[in-house]
Amino acid sequence: MSAEPLVQLTDVSFAYDRRPILAGVNMVIPRGKVVAIMGVSGGGKTTTLRLIGGQIKASAGEVRVAGKNIASLDRDGLYDMRRRMGMLFQFGALFTDLSVFENVAFQIREHTDLDQETITDLVMMKLNAVGLRGVADLMPSELSGGMARRVALARAVALDPMLIMYDEPFAGLDPISLSVIGDLIRNLNDALGASSIIVTHDVQESLKIVDYVYFVSGGRVVAEGTPADIRKSDNEFVHQFVWGEADGPVPFHYPATAYTEDIGAEACHA
Amino acid sequence: MNRLTLDLWVGCFVAIGLASLLFLALKVGNLSTASTGATYRLEAKFDNIGSLKVRAPVKTAGVVVGRVAEIGFDAANYVAVVTMKMDGRYKFPRDTFANINTSGLLGEQYVDFEVGGDTEQLQDGDVIKKTQSAVVIEKLISQFLFSKASEDSSKK
Amino acid sequence: MRERIVGLLRRLGASVVDRVWRLGFAARFFGLILLYSGPSLRRFFLTVREIYFTGVLSLVIILVSGIFVGMVLGLQGYDTLQRYGSSEALGVLVALSLVRELGPVVAALLFASRAGSAITAEIGLMKATEQLSAMEMMAVNPIARVVAPRFWAGVISMPILAALFSAMGVFGGYLVGVKLIGVDPGAFWSQMQASVDVTEDILNGVIKSVVFGIIISWIAVFEGYDAEPTAEGVSGATTRTVVTSSLAVLASDFILTALMFRGG
Repeated sequence: MSAEPLVQLTDVSFAYDRRPILAGVNMVIPRGKVVAIMGVSGGGKTTTLRLIGGQIKASAGEVRVAGKNIASLDRDGLYDMRRRMGMLFQFGALFTDLSVFENVAFQIREHTDLDQETITDLVMMKLNAVGLRGVADLMPSELSGGMARRVALARAVALDPMLIMYDEPFAGLDPISLSVIGDLIRNLNDALGASSIIVTHDVQESLKIVDYVYFVSGGRVVAEGTPADIRKSDNEFVHQFVWGEADGPVPFHYPATAYTEDIGAEACHA
Repeated sequence: MNRLTLDLWVGCFVAIGLASLLFLALKVGNLSTASTGATYRLEAKFDNIGSLKVRAPVKTAGVVVGRVAEIGFDAANYVAVVTMKMDGRYKFPRDTFANINTSGLLGEQYVDFEVGGDTEQLQDGDVIKKTQSAVVIEKLISQFLFSKASEDSSKK
Repeated sequence: MRERIVGLLRRLGASVVDRVWRLGFAARFFGLILLYSGPSLRRFFLTVREIYFTGVLSLVIILVSGIFVGMVLGLQGYDTLQRYGSSEALGVLVALSLVRELGPVVAALLFASRAGSAITAEIGLMKATEQLSAMEMMAVNPIARVVAPRFWAGVISMPILAALFSAMGVFGGYLVGVKLIGVDPGAFWSQMQASVDVTEDILNGVIKSVVFGIIISWIAVFEGYDAEPTAEGVSGATTRTVVTSSLAVLASDFILTALMFRGG
């Protein structure tokens, strides 16, 4: 891996109240690459993104972005850092009270003093990149799910960030929209010279576009490697995940008392 | 929503709001009649003010010329001290007589000025010397009954 | 048995701690709103936009209720006053009850249910759909960008709506008293003017409505911001906004009245 990673997580742990979410996670996101974090729902993937974005603080370990420890930044420092990050939320999280144009222009208006003409040029450029220049005047409620996701993508890259984070970018999309988003993620990353982190459970689509994959389960990194490594992997968990098997290391049954016991208890009452 | 239409609506909204405040102040309230221009204060001491209240009117010849601003108690002389805020347009002679009257039989009480003949006028902060206390109806009635009773007994 | 008592005590303690914590957070939140009010006042368009949603869109309900309340006051007041032969005092009764009490209070209650609930629902939904998180991640403070403009819009709209309500009410009382029943218009207006004082009555009414505006807007934005980011969470928060702010308006009305009209 590259000598100078953009994001580095070292022995990161995190817990909500007393419920542990992450336990000693190590990750490296090199510059210019697209990295996927995969795993089952509730396995701590989104938490990892929130840690990198500084929305929550790790209970142990260190999160470094561009050489800075996120936990040690004050509010202004954190906001400075976030200006160089873009994030695509699970369902787009477009501002419902603003038009598509204003959504993409939002960050530019808030953080720069550009005149209206320059802003229009910039916004149209970003919307063109996702192929949606034609919907600039619509409201987010008038867009389909796939279009909303693309607008949100245009918004995330409005200020040409160095790091783009995607929280489940493929969730709830039809196959066509899905590959459109997949291609966009790859192309935007390469065009902007940014680095991308994709949190997803969509294996097939992400394996097509990413450079490196981390598998997270039970708050730990259980496997990692390039897409080719992953496809060949004989790790039980990876195998179950990639091929979508119902039972395996991730059990079908939620932990419970022995089935016979439950049945037996019933039988006694009967 | 276009920004210009938005501005227009909100502008109208604020204008209507200000207009209704103006309506309340001029048409409903007394901004047009009283409290225009300067006021000055006068004091008067009464043995008994009855149920005179702050903001009760001060009248001369039935016209409101001021209002009661404050009611206090002079602990040294055991009398009530009534401070009145007078309309700056009207001045009164120094020997003006201040009475506490009642409008109607059960109406509110007010301070009535009976104008005297002095050539010097009352100035801000002056004290009116001649006053007459409120008529307490209960006292009147009991006096009336008492005199009636004594009349009856003397007849017998 | 002992376990049940311990459990009960623990639940009681948890709920008390929770409430006190929420109260503290609400107070801190009020401070944060004031602290981050800069942008909403500097870029006043943000606030103007919210005045449209909270103020202009509440106009109809305020105007219609105002005129009806005034008309009812006219009818009821006349009925009572004419027994004592002082039906000319109808104007005084209508105007004083409106500018002192009913205008600010009823307008505030309507405002809480019309605009306050809308503010809570909007902010709560923005939170539930991660719009507030998205804003945070764009290095934009949601309190400055979303909460403060709505707060100030509420504070500005409330006295305007209350004044409108009172004015419409007096007009409604005039319609019923003078036009319908036939009270002498001269006596109606002049008696009203003689006993309604601009500072004592009208200004105090305006002060009341400003205080109510602050209370309602504060509760509304807080409930929205603090709402659980789910559909049930938002609907619960909306209900709480209406209930809490109505109670707070009535309670603070008592305190304000006691402070203002003690001498009267």
